[in-house]
Amino acid sequence: MTVAADASPTSVETEAPPRKRRLALPLAPYLQAAPLALILGAFLLLPIAAIVIVSFWDYDSVQIYPAFVTLNYEESLGSWVTWSTFLNTLKFVAIVWAITLVVGFWVAYFLAFHVRTSKMQTVLFLVCTVPFLTSNIIRMISWVPFLGRNGLLNSALVELGIVPAPLEFLLFSEFAVVLAMVHLYALFMVTPIFNTLVRIDRSLVEAARDAGASSWQILTNVIIPLAKPGIAIGSIFVVTLVLGDFITVRFMSGGQSASMGLMIANQISLLQYPAAAANAVALLILVLLMMAAILKIVDIRKEL
Amino acid sequence: MTSDRRTLEFYLLAAFFALFVLFLYGPLSTILILSFQGPNGGLTFPMNGVSTRWFQNLFETQAVGDFGGSFTRSALLGLMVMATTVVVSLLAGLAFRRGFFGATPLFYLAISSLVVPSILVSLGIGLSFQILGLEPTWWSSAFGAHLTWTLPFGVLIMFAVFNRFSPAYEEAARDLGASSWQAFAHVVLPIIAPSLVGVGLFGFTLSYDEFARTLMTAGSFNTLPLEIYGMTTNVTTPVLYALGAVTTLVSFGVIGVSLAAIAVIARQRKKLGVS
Repeated sequence: MTVAADASPTSVETEAPPRKRRLALPLAPYLQAAPLALILGAFLLLPIAAIVIVSFWDYDSVQIYPAFVTLNYEESLGSWVTWSTFLNTLKFVAIVWAITLVVGFWVAYFLAFHVRTSKMQTVLFLVCTVPFLTSNIIRMISWVPFLGRNGLLNSALVELGIVPAPLEFLLFSEFAVVLAMVHLYALFMVTPIFNTLVRIDRSLVEAARDAGASSWQILTNVIIPLAKPGIAIGSIFVVTLVLGDFITVRFMSGGQSASMGLMIANQISLLQYPAAAANAVALLILVLLMMAAILKIVDIRKEL
Repeated sequence: MTSDRRTLEFYLLAAFFALFVLFLYGPLSTILILSFQGPNGGLTFPMNGVSTRWFQNLFETQAVGDFGGSFTRSALLGLMVMATTVVVSLLAGLAFRRGFFGATPLFYLAISSLVVPSILVSLGIGLSFQILGLEPTWWSSAFGAHLTWTLPFGVLIMFAVFNRFSPAYEEAARDLGASSWQAFAHVVLPIIAPSLVGVGLFGFTLSYDEFARTLMTAGSFNTLPLEIYGMTTNVTTPVLYALGAVTTLVSFGVIGVSLAAIAVIARQRKKLGVS
């Protein structure tokens, strides 16, 4: 403070530092967020734009040509094969979603409400997590010695006299596809539901019991409504993973079943990129519609 | 539920949980066992003797393709993805914490990166590179493709961490005269270190095992999952299981090291009396 200072400079001084901070600080978050924005822009937005553009291009057996034709969409949407593949994909989505939801909920419920120490909860949760951090392809292959014609399950069933001859439908069938998908994707349902369940205030459960609710009533009237955001997040994961899946369908059905993803992958291997792109746009729209439907039913924003 | 005596519900659910764990680990353990199949044994049980022949087979290049090369590429790519995911997610987490114009769209972009099917990312990046006249390679296009899968996980973990992070620690440091860099490096970073190890673990393992996103983006050299997938169509000996056993053990090793690191950090913190 100088002697000459009067009212106006001090008022400027008290105003100046906040203004300076307001100008100097905001740059930092932009610099910090820039790498994420640049990477997602270059490797997510740009590629999706490329798919949309190429879906209007023309092609022959050798290469693709810049053009603006709607032929790819007409061929794809006008074909009976596309629509039956669509329906088959939705069938896998519905079955796998229903199974992972039931399995995932009870596993998460057991971990959250029946395991008493948080240390034990962590250990058991890690036991569930570890297989999901290993290779999906290896986990698929690992069903072969179990389900195959001479596999463990068939040998056991024949030996016990339950079936007269080895069951053929166990491997390379739609049954095998669903089994492998549940095996691969169940954790994506367990984790979000577990997260919401452990955060439920235990006094709510106590209050319901004091008010005379049975275990079943507590489950259906207290716990499940509070677990909805977790169920929604898990459902988004499972639905989108199954919708886009092609490797499980290709490997576990032995070429006897189809899905949108597999159709796109086959077109890619035949170098029919514009046709693959048109189907990819259709798949993307389907994924976004499914997400919108789930988000419309359950508000997950407070979970984030 | 929290009563002292175990109820029937507990035993039923415990049995269900045990079945689930068996379901997860059962198939995996069969290929670990079958990888020690005898020299004349096949792809299924029974074991025809015990040998390590299929593991030796793995290192004879002509027998199963380029195992060493694809393993090296996958490991290097995994490390690149891991380092990038940790740094970019941490920076983004700090940015989201402060808030900035466009934070919500960027967050939703990161989330949508999770739900866009892998095959679309693969196709899109492949097409972009083709249109731009660039050669796809595992260290450029596949690297970017993997980041679209690992970064959303990293960002979500960081988001959750900073949501629960009390600013009181930093404010205390600043009151004691620390610069903002010192407050970050000596206060914030040590507190969130275990979560960063977790982000790194996700980054490495998701990249190391990624198949669909690598399909159209790896260029002329295969990563390990592509190599394994190629083998499923033309290899009919237990060498496939040996490869599966080796890569699974690598994954287990990485997970084990990460969990040990998290445990060590937690113990040191306890010793220092910080919760």
